[in-house]
Amino acid sequence: MKKNISRRLFLKGGAAAACTLAASSISSAASKADMHEQIATLIDISKCIGCEACVEACCEVNSEKYPKPQKPFPKMYPKRVPVADWSDKQDVTNRLTPYNWLFIQSATVEKDGEEIELTIPRRCMHCVNPPCVKLCPWGAAKQLENGISRIDSDICLGGSKCKAVCPWKIPERQTGVGIYLDILPSLAGNGVMYKCDRCYDRIAAGKVPACIEACPENVQTIGTKNEIIKQAHKLARETNGYIYGEKENGGTNTIYVSPVPFKELNKAIEKGKGKPHFKPVKNVMAAASNLGTAMLIAPVAGAIAAAGKFYSMVKAEKGDASNET
Amino acid sequence: MKHNKFHIGYELITGYIYRITIFMLTLSGFAQMPIFKRYYIADMPGLGWLSKFYVTLYLHYLFGIIFLVFTACIITDFFLTLRKKYKITASGYIRVAILAGLTASGIILVIKNFAGYYYAPVFIVVMNLIHLGLVFIFLITGFTCIILKKNWMRDWTTL
Ligand code: HEM
Ligand code: SF4
Ligand code: SF4
Ligand code: SF4
Repeated sequence: MKKNISRRLFLKGGAAAACTLAASSISSAASKADMHEQIATLIDISKCIGCEACVEACCEVNSEKYPKPQKPFPKMYPKRVPVADWSDKQDVTNRLTPYNWLFIQSATVEKDGEEIELTIPRRCMHCVNPPCVKLCPWGAAKQLENGISRIDSDICLGGSKCKAVCPWKIPERQTGVGIYLDILPSLAGNGVMYKCDRCYDRIAAGKVPACIEACPENVQTIGTKNEIIKQAHKLARETNGYIYGEKENGGTNTIYVSPVPFKELNKAIEKGKGKPHFKPVKNVMAAASNLGTAMLIAPVAGAIAAAGKFYSMVKAEKGDASNET
Repeated sequence: MKHNKFHIGYELITGYIYRITIFMLTLSGFAQMPIFKRYYIADMPGLGWLSKFYVTLYLHYLFGIIFLVFTACIITDFFLTLRKKYKITASGYIRVAILAGLTASGIILVIKNFAGYYYAPVFIVVMNLIHLGLVFIFLITGFTCIILKKNWMRDWTTL
């Protein structure tokens, strides 16, 4: 297993990448013992030629996980509940859909006075502390110990909260599939949410994600988070590049390195439904973490307040008593 | 005399804090599920915030903090002073137990939300269901107690 992943990485990432990634980091992607370290990918935008080999590979490898909705869909109440049906548009590849977890975004930008065309693979960022997972009110979205976040299509109800709280609005809904059909299909739930699961099953089997394996240009490198960040900084230093994903939303496991600033990239790409931005993103879970810490101290404050009240009462009583005598 | 007045005021205030806190916890808690928008409740003037997941999450946390400060205060107070004068009733014990379960499951959900905390997915699902289940049990018990005029505590002297 280990051999497989490291050999591939060696072949793909070129000697330099393979050396910096060395055995330790790659094996940890595959071995269970080291699962505590999150796996990350580096995406070198300057290398991508926009061939969409990765998009095809993703579709091929993951098509078994795609929704197979039952039609007609049960009527949903109230009327405003939107039906999201991609089953007749499964070949759409210019945005994220339940049937397309990776797409190529393009941008025409200026670099050193010259106009250049950049193509950028886009998918779930695999946040270090993923709000889609943490705020799922059921626990259908989960994060594996290697940092991969994925949505369990067996129990997802399709309420789309994961999408609402995702800074990039990544998960996409398909109506007419999932467990909601067995509960109260007209009153609660609306299908299942889908997104890149970082080929968790392949990784567990010691293979690299399909999109990484298929890319003829070695655009993506996979390894442990620390190694990938080091490598991204090195690449950015050497190419005067810019980094996205390291700090965004408190840190993600997808580190982009671009030859132009992300502010410019963000202006140049087509954004909108199923087409994520490249804006700065603050850590959306930070406030909850701070409030959570305060919550763990809260009982102590309460106990001290009551004890304080007790002692002032005892004191007052003593005072009363001494006044009386 | 002085003490009695103090205690009546104290009970009134704790009663209000407690009811408001539980009400806000329930409201912000239900808002954790994507239901208020679907069912037009967030469309009502002044209630738009109910469909803003981060707002309601922070509110649930905030009232969780108030609830914990308040509860720790009452429990300490009970052992230091109230115990001498009051006895917890049977319905009081039931409500305390439900709230303890709600708090325990709630705190586990809070810990889950810190970065780097992984639990078995099934465990999270079970915790969510326990938390939600206890909410319903608590609401039913609470309303029953209000209707039947059952108090949490009883004065020893009236026994
Ligand atoms: C100090 C006590 C409590 C804490 C720390 C707490 C914490 C939490 C947390 C963290 C969540 C899930 C949010 C998420 O991560 O997605 C939640 C959900 C919820 N809470 Fe609480 N909570 C507490 C007490 C209560 C009480 C007293 C009620 C109502 C009587 C309540 C009602 C709810 C409801 C309805 C949900 C949504 C259903 C669910 O996700 O299970 N909570 N609570
Ligand atoms: S990018 Fe969105 S969907 Fe992906 S892990 Fe982060 S919050 Fe979840
Ligand atoms: S990691 Fe797997 S699921 Fe994610 S985009 Fe690549 S091929 Fe698709
Ligand atoms: S396969 Fe590689 S070069 Fe082709 S579009 Fe995907 S990332 Fe770019």
